[in-house]
Amino acid sequence: MALTDLTALQALAELRSGAISSEELTQAYLDRIDQLDKGLVQAYVTVTPELALDQARAADARRRAGEDAPLLGLPMALKDLVLTRGIRTTCSSKMLEEFVPIEDATITKKLFAAGAVLLGKTNMDEFAMGSSTENSAFFPTRNPWGDLSRVPGGSSGGSAAAVAAKLAPFSIGSDTGGSIRQPASLCGVVGFKPTYGRVSRYGLIAFASSLDQLGPLTADVADCALITEVIAGHDPLDSTSLDAPVPNYLDALNGDPSAGSGQALRGVKLGVPKEYFVAGMEPGVEASIQAAIETLRGLGAEIGEVSLPHSDYGLAAYYIIAPAECSANLARYDGVKYGYSAPDAESMWDGYYKTRGRGFGDEVKRRIMLGTYALSSGYYDAFYVKAQKIRTLIKQDFDQAFERFDAIIAPTSPTVAFEIGAKTDDPLAMYLNDVCTIPVNLAGLPGLSLPCGLSEGLPVGLQVIGKALGEATVLRVAHAFEQARGGPLARPELAASA
Amino acid sequence: MAISREQVEHVAHLARLGLSDDEINRLQQQLSQILGHMQMIDRLDTSAIPPTAQVIPLSSVMREDEPRPSRSVEEILQNAPRREGPFFKVPPVLE
Repeated sequence: MALTDLTALQALAELRSGAISSEELTQAYLDRIDQLDKGLVQAYVTVTPELALDQARAADARRRAGEDAPLLGLPMALKDLVLTRGIRTTCSSKMLEEFVPIEDATITKKLFAAGAVLLGKTNMDEFAMGSSTENSAFFPTRNPWGDLSRVPGGSSGGSAAAVAAKLAPFSIGSDTGGSIRQPASLCGVVGFKPTYGRVSRYGLIAFASSLDQLGPLTADVADCALITEVIAGHDPLDSTSLDAPVPNYLDALNGDPSAGSGQALRGVKLGVPKEYFVAGMEPGVEASIQAAIETLRGLGAEIGEVSLPHSDYGLAAYYIIAPAECSANLARYDGVKYGYSAPDAESMWDGYYKTRGRGFGDEVKRRIMLGTYALSSGYYDAFYVKAQKIRTLIKQDFDQAFERFDAIIAPTSPTVAFEIGAKTDDPLAMYLNDVCTIPVNLAGLPGLSLPCGLSEGLPVGLQVIGKALGEATVLRVAHAFEQARGGPLARPELAASA
Repeated sequence: MAISREQVEHVAHLARLGLSDDEINRLQQQLSQILGHMQMIDRLDTSAIPPTAQVIPLSSVMREDEPRPSRSVEEILQNAPRREGPFFKVPPVLE
């Protein structure tokens, strides 16, 4: 077994026992990145080998001195919208191609304090707008499944592909409408968007502030619990951060110890929303989800149908609210303080038009235009306020469902990974990828995607949705399912081509 | 839903986005299609429903008014595209 085959928890056990050093582990990942990333998977925008080896040696020194920390010596990758002091943070945009942050995001600080080692920054759809990572201004990332001809999903496609290709044991992504869960689904890994406010967003480059949330992408559910515990918690620097205690999520995985073997979910009530089995869902995906539901029933869970009647409207509401917020957030890119600046600006006004017209890519411009339109005089009530009212209805749907159920089970994506280029000319078709993930963001709930099988040889993701701050229940259900199906999905073999 | 070329130009002006002719043509067609789809929300009567701007039970989070050091000018200017001494340099604001 290669070092890069280990899960995060397995690697930490080896580090703690002294069987391996962080330097060896980190070097193994850097070697694999050298072989498989550039020209093949293309998960990384920036690789940081010198920093990684420095951090690894420091972690080894701390261990020799008898110290330990939750992630001491464990490598990781961060989506390239998480600020890293002194390390270029691009949002995969020409606008920030040369931007070097002067401080770390809170999540970066927490992960470094826990002992994690930074391998590099991962590719994404520009400013996190997209569902395929094809909107990166630099290059597309390729899904390690199949023959490298398919998208990894998005917008955290680099983070998902890095874990799936064993180019990092875990990574951090962000999820505004599905951007952790959908790529996790398409790449066959675990991806978790915690409750809105559960993880500090200080130092996350903003897209849509009422929806954005950071979370982990991992090889299995136990790793996901471990990383979630490290990154969760209140932060006075983020005024939307929740001041709630952080449970021990790893302990929560095993649930009720009195439950008999094979009955890990005895008495747990799981709702299946009929609205999530949308028209256009691939039959292989639906079959895989139905089989997963039977597996959960076999674990003692009580399965019932639930209606989330306004789900159909979620997509439309989201594609008004998120662009509206993005149009305000991205107003800061003015070519004055940081970022790309048109060198030939003849006046302040001319500079704004040229800087923003050239610095942003097509999808970002499209969203700024949509959002500006929805907020403009004459359309504000009909689009923006109306969408906010639908958001109320969607939240009420979930509130009612959680009166009867402990968690909701649904597909993550209606399709498996599609071919690169298949949807780039049709923005609306691309938006429809997010139909099963968007309502969870609108309601601010925790949602996790984990692999539940294959369709046409490609991974299918099962989504587990919980109550606000119900992370422990979500992780427990996901873990029980993963155990029942015989452990996590094996990650694909990849060979460096000549 | 048909968006006119003038509307696209007006919105681009509000957003301070410089767009080429090709981009304006493409966005006119795409915004018409996308907003046309989004108009499905009209089918729902929401007259009695309050809007939701955010979902967590927090408002106006305050902190103690304690003085602390600011960032240095050098740090703040580190990413400036153009500077002159301790200032950001901008193109002419007045003609």
